[in-house]
Amino acid sequence: MPQDDERAKIAKQFMDGLPHVSALGARLTGFGDTRAEIEMEWRADLVGDPRTGVIHGGVVSALMDTCGGASVMAHPDLPNGTATISLRIDYMRSATPRQKLRARAECFHITRTVAFVRAIALDDDEERPVATATGSFTVER
Amino acid sequence: MADRNEPLDRIKSRRNAAVAAIVDRVPYITWLGIRFDRRGDELTAVLPFSEKLIGNPALPALHGGVTAAFLEIAGLVELTWASMWDDMESGRFVPDATLPGTAPRLAKTIDFSVDYLRSGLPRDSYARARVVRLGRRYSSVQVEAWQDNRGRPFAQANGHFLMPQGG
Repeated sequence: MPQDDERAKIAKQFMDGLPHVSALGARLTGFGDTRAEIEMEWRADLVGDPRTGVIHGGVVSALMDTCGGASVMAHPDLPNGTATISLRIDYMRSATPRQKLRARAECFHITRTVAFVRAIALDDDEERPVATATGSFTVER
Repeated sequence: MADRNEPLDRIKSRRNAAVAAIVDRVPYITWLGIRFDRRGDELTAVLPFSEKLIGNPALPALHGGVTAAFLEIAGLVELTWASMWDDMESGRFVPDATLPGTAPRLAKTIDFSVDYLRSGLPRDSYARARVVRLGRRYSSVQVEAWQDNRGRPFAQANGHFLMPQGG
């Protein structure tokens, strides 16, 4: 993933420092040119179904939301900030327990006021997505 | 049929045990700090504010992902609760968090769509869900979340769920 060095470094510091992002143990692993990538480790306290050890869907949502916002910030239009307006998530399958969870997002269109994003959540099997999402975000100028 | 003469304290403790059987075994619900208030069959999800729920510390505001997760949990618990209510009240099904094998099975989220209406303040949040359609295979649920003012929700959502199959 292309890295727009200085901005990417600032974005990483900013994202990784957000209280909820750091509470999840998530970190920005890619940033730049309308795209962002975030990953986190599987953790027992984030499990939704103790019978299977599958991570809760809410964690997947949080990861996609964060990654979506990051992709807006990675747009070359350089917004000052962003907030989620709406987010729709489709869950394709359960994330495999004890595997890393990864989200990739792309801000594929931006206007003066609104950014449009699609995102995907993956575990080790990148051929079969865990979830996909589409969202709209505010653009602070 | 419900027993008209069942002692009130027994009704309450059996219903509260049923809510606990759904909620207590999910680590992520505990991690977020969500609990459920019950009045009759009405459930209110409560998310007490804590520092780790913050997304943007500059405002500060609740993380959008926390809001989504809160709504999804409120919806899923309401759906599980609503789907077992009749069997529970008639005594056909007695969920008990302390007995393995009697924990209610949870539905799977197919899709979930969240509208962020205003930013979540660093305060306690509440949510109530309504099962719009309870099907044998698919169900549809609406959820609304608010903070200080019930009439000014800060987020709403609707989602579709795949019901647990085969008993």
